[in-house]
Amino acid sequence: MKDLYRGTLVRLAAAQPEELAAAYAHWFRDTEIHRLADTDPAQLWSEKYLKEQQEKDSEKPSPRAYRFTLRALAEDKLIGITGLVTNDLCEDAWVYIVIHERDYLSKGYGTDAMRLIVQYGFLELNLRRITLGLHSYNERALKTYQKVGFQLEGRVRGEGRRDGARYDGLYMGILREEWQALT
Amino acid sequence: MKDIYSGSLTRLAAVDAQEMGKAYAEWNRDSEFKRLLDSDAARLHSAKAGADFFKKILDEAPAYNPFFSIRALSDNRLLGDITLEVLHAWNGRQAIVGIAIGERADWGKGYGTDAMKTLLRYAFNEMNLNRVTLNVFEYNPRAIRSYEKAGFTHEGRLRAALLRDGKRWDLLYMGVLREEWLALNSAR
Amino acid sequence: MLAIQTQLFELQDVRFGPIDHEAHPEIESKWTHDSEFMRLMELKPARPLSPAMVKKQYEAIEKEMEEEKNLFYFTLRAREDDRLIGKALVEWIDWTNGNGFLRLGIGAESDRRKGYGSQALTMLLRYAFGELNLYRVTAVVPAYNAGALRLFQKFGFVEEVRRRQALNRDGRFWDILSFGLLQEEWQALPNGRG
Repeated sequence: MKDLYRGTLVRLAAAQPEELAAAYAHWFRDTEIHRLADTDPAQLWSEKYLKEQQEKDSEKPSPRAYRFTLRALAEDKLIGITGLVTNDLCEDAWVYIVIHERDYLSKGYGTDAMRLIVQYGFLELNLRRITLGLHSYNERALKTYQKVGFQLEGRVRGEGRRDGARYDGLYMGILREEWQALT
Repeated sequence: MKDIYSGSLTRLAAVDAQEMGKAYAEWNRDSEFKRLLDSDAARLHSAKAGADFFKKILDEAPAYNPFFSIRALSDNRLLGDITLEVLHAWNGRQAIVGIAIGERADWGKGYGTDAMKTLLRYAFNEMNLNRVTLNVFEYNPRAIRSYEKAGFTHEGRLRAALLRDGKRWDLLYMGVLREEWLALNSAR
Repeated sequence: MLAIQTQLFELQDVRFGPIDHEAHPEIESKWTHDSEFMRLMELKPARPLSPAMVKKQYEAIEKEMEEEKNLFYFTLRAREDDRLIGKALVEWIDWTNGNGFLRLGIGAESDRRKGYGSQALTMLLRYAFGELNLYRVTAVVPAYNAGALRLFQKFGFVEEVRRRQALNRDGRFWDILSFGLLQEEWQALPNGRG
């Protein structure tokens, strides 16, 4: 059986609460990355608060959430996060991925990580399909997800507003059969 | 979409902890009921202890494990209960079913088989499980026949798992797969 | 249409009301035993609830309304006798972006196809856009819910997302559709109605 945690450039790893909290405190300062990843307003949290949140998460993980950190294989550096949140019957899941370290953007790390987490979802969680959402202005992510095999399933008009301009929410999905045909 | 909670004799409904606690206190007075039901030493509980026990189950059990009361369609009388415990929502997608019909006078009338059939339809069509498992004592032939009628296949036995009335008894394992159930029900 | 004299919670045959913790649990418990209603109203597996369980849910709803401030839950009553006929809510409100999700349902089969759904949706939209100042609202509907599809289309909702085979029910795969209505599209509706 293959190693589900290991890709070609990254590996899926467990979150170490203290390390992740420190990373977030530093990552949240980069508002461009935040605005590519999230719909919530950009915000600055104390390291203390972030550490408490991480500890709470690791003590009592939500039963339907499968959360990982991403580490670059070469230098074992913490570069981002990824995970799946399944529905009640574990048939569909929302996937998310954020490469937080700028040096690792547009170098294939995102594609590798997304392939890994999607494989985990289909091979280990036996999902029937995986869903994701992204901002209409996130062209890099759209290209990555298309490369991995996600199909566009819709556009929520005016889902958000930033700097006075409305943007749309794009939604994509990949079915198990589609994924099997690719691999 | 049809009514998924009703069979031809019974329907599945929510559990009221008070009512179920009181009913179990009554049913447990017939030691045969208790000894057919589980392997704990037969014991008598008060209605209040029963109510507390059921309230705890309702409050604490994971949301995806359904706990139903079985009620007669004719007069809405509480007949028993049926539960599903889902193991591995993500892998194998199987659940263990447990059923009890309380009153001796209600045994052998088809209530259990009817409720089990409804539950299986719920398990396969609403919870999308791949298989349902149960275990039953060797000395409970009525239940074994009922499960066979509902579509379960014998899968194995734990030999000499129980000691009762000075004798050793086997614990039988039965199961039904999604494909088997679908084939059984489209043939109708 | 936005004049303050117009009642937000009353329309011809129905009104929005608060939860009645004494009288409503029993009625809603009956609805939850109607699997057809549950499968129209909920995407998660249908589950019958006792009045005690419904009461607990009501308490959780009011707690969430109080603490999170991103949920607005209304019971739907018949105006003539104040009978509970359904529910209507705006949830998961994202204030920063002005979004909310709508859900409504009529509990008893005999109360459907009487126009109550249209009236409830008219009030709900007026509330979402005229009182909560949302920019857009979303309704999530499984493909088999023909009644809901008709209702939202009547009000000019646009189909925005189709999550293919996202729901498995009765041994079949169904798409889950997402419909959206923008503030300006609502304003273009005659009298805010479909």
